[in-house]
Amino acid sequence: MKETIKKLVEAFGPSGYEDEVRAIIQSEIATLVDEMRVDALGNLIAFKRGSGNGKKIMLSAHMDEIGVIASYIDEKGFVRINPIGGVRTLYEVMGRVRFANGTMGVIGVEKMDDPNQVPPMDKLFVDVGATGRDDCPVRVGDVACFLQPMVEIGERLVAKAMDDRIACAVLIGTLRELKTSPHDLYFVFSTQEEVGLRGATTGAYGIAPDLGLAVDVTFAPDTPEPAVKMAIELGKGPAIKVKDSGMLATPWVKEWMIDTAEQNGIPYQLEVLPGGTTDARAIQTTREGVPAGCLSIPTRYVHSPSEMVSYADVLNAVKLLTALLANPLSKKP
Amino acid sequence: MNWNRLEALSNALGPSGGEDAVRQIVVEAIKERVDEFRVDHLGNVIAMQKGTAHVGFKVMVAAHMDEVGLMISHADESGLLHFDKVGGIDDRVLPAKTVRIGQNRVPGLICIKPVHLTTPEERGQVISYTQMVIDIGANSKAEAEKLVKQGDYAAFDTTFEDLGGTVKGKSFDDRAGCAVLIELIEQGPYPFDFYPVFTTMEEVGLRGARVAAFSVMPHAAFVLEGTICDDGPKERDLSPTTEVGKGPAISVMDQSVIADPRLVRLLIDTAEAEGIPYQFKQPGKGGTDAGAIHLAQTGVPTVPISVPCRYIHSPVSLLSKADFENTVKLMAATLRRLTPDVVARRE
Repeated sequence: MKETIKKLVEAFGPSGYEDEVRAIIQSEIATLVDEMRVDALGNLIAFKRGSGNGKKIMLSAHMDEIGVIASYIDEKGFVRINPIGGVRTLYEVMGRVRFANGTMGVIGVEKMDDPNQVPPMDKLFVDVGATGRDDCPVRVGDVACFLQPMVEIGERLVAKAMDDRIACAVLIGTLRELKTSPHDLYFVFSTQEEVGLRGATTGAYGIAPDLGLAVDVTFAPDTPEPAVKMAIELGKGPAIKVKDSGMLATPWVKEWMIDTAEQNGIPYQLEVLPGGTTDARAIQTTREGVPAGCLSIPTRYVHSPSEMVSYADVLNAVKLLTALLANPLSKKP
Repeated sequence: MNWNRLEALSNALGPSGGEDAVRQIVVEAIKERVDEFRVDHLGNVIAMQKGTAHVGFKVMVAAHMDEVGLMISHADESGLLHFDKVGGIDDRVLPAKTVRIGQNRVPGLICIKPVHLTTPEERGQVISYTQMVIDIGANSKAEAEKLVKQGDYAAFDTTFEDLGGTVKGKSFDDRAGCAVLIELIEQGPYPFDFYPVFTTMEEVGLRGARVAAFSVMPHAAFVLEGTICDDGPKERDLSPTTEVGKGPAISVMDQSVIADPRLVRLLIDTAEAEGIPYQFKQPGKGGTDAGAIHLAQTGVPTVPISVPCRYIHSPVSLLSKADFENTVKLMAATLRRLTPDVVARRE
């Protein structure tokens, strides 16, 4: 599992450019599913046929990560950037990035009138070692992601793009663990979540599921003076979403998740997230509406190059998802 | 190139939801050139030109007919008209401009206090549009209501002019796109079923395109725009967004869409093979109908391509004739190279 996670988090895949991640997942799950297809927006949709009398369930984990896009090359070959998704400049300065063609760069910053202030994006530039426009290996429109290998700190895993490759790994882990299911399962590895749930929007429309579950990260604000107040801690189990700013989990779906965790002795926490949302919102509001919920992996330092998760939480998320899918639904509307 | 057509389109009054005059010009121009066309519930013109080769392969090319403008909210006792904005207009461009109101194009002007009567502080301030009124020369509410009704649209009163290498006029966002699209229809048919779509209500949230794309459900889509250009001199060496005279601007990403990389590639390869100049629009800025089209049903590979226009969303904009012609050339050549293979997904 750790090897799979390492491969996934270190892969290149800002929103809209998820090809490398998709290829890794395709090879990891090829023997575990009945069919795979890629839709117009690049979602990887893997189908595992149920043994009968079940529902049509869509699981969604997004392949894309936040990143930056080259917006201008100046006369000296410095690359100006714009954000892809919710990028915080505070986390970017003096970090390193990698472009699709392998070019690496350092994110520099212009002088600030007030050095204690967080610089706006237009004060940042990427130094790719060029001396002018002519020898700059980057073109306007090229995209980049953070350059950061995964490390283990105790039982914690730290890397860029835990949001949401850790959930891709949870879906892959679940496919490995799940022997049979009564349900027709659509494992969707979605695109463009960070720019507005775009892949899940078209993916859910195409599948038209009876039930949808997203797997995504959530904040673990269990650090000194956190920016968000929420009762989620690292290592206390995966979080069952009650609410975020874009979705109210369908009550019976949430209850089904809680009951299943308790019956199987899997630790869990309840998540009431003040800001942000997941693919579950897109699933819930597709067509004539779909019951939906979300399983979250508590994560510190979300949208930074060093997102931290607890490995135990990850394994427990796989356990819970497997238990949810292995049996007929224990709850109904 | 038919500059009279761009002139007619630019001069026509058509804020979001009131695109009738523009639609009339469009329908007149295309009706003999397409195999079918219809006007849908939201006012979109959806046309079709049958393909010559790839049966069932549908390609949509969209341009929006609407422009930013004003809507009359009420006439007050003195006969002055109060208004709301339709779409994104900077309050700073409004005072002392002349406008045309309603189907009868009633002339009006947005009032401003003469400089003699203002204090230096006032002259440094931006007036909110809620403090502005339109004068149509009426002396009472009753007199005003004879000429103008509540809910009438107003648009800037700017006349198209040829400046030599460039043209000036209002609403090049997106009448330039509409004019490019009509040229493309005239150069058709194409190997695939070609769906030119002239959309409504883009400026208030891509509303027409959303339902048009749902109904057409194409295999690929292009969005033609007149886009932001900021190529005046700058103190810092930063992006001009696009530059007039440097060719059609290809969007890789804006706030509404991440363009399909395969269609971006096709545009670049075509431009390079045909020796057509092109530029990239600065990623991240603005949004277009592509934002709605690419999310239709199960998704549509989509890319926006634009004629750079200075000063858009103001009473006047300026574009280069060469950029316009090159946009037509690049789009026509790209469409001729577009096959189902380009957007096929292999597993």
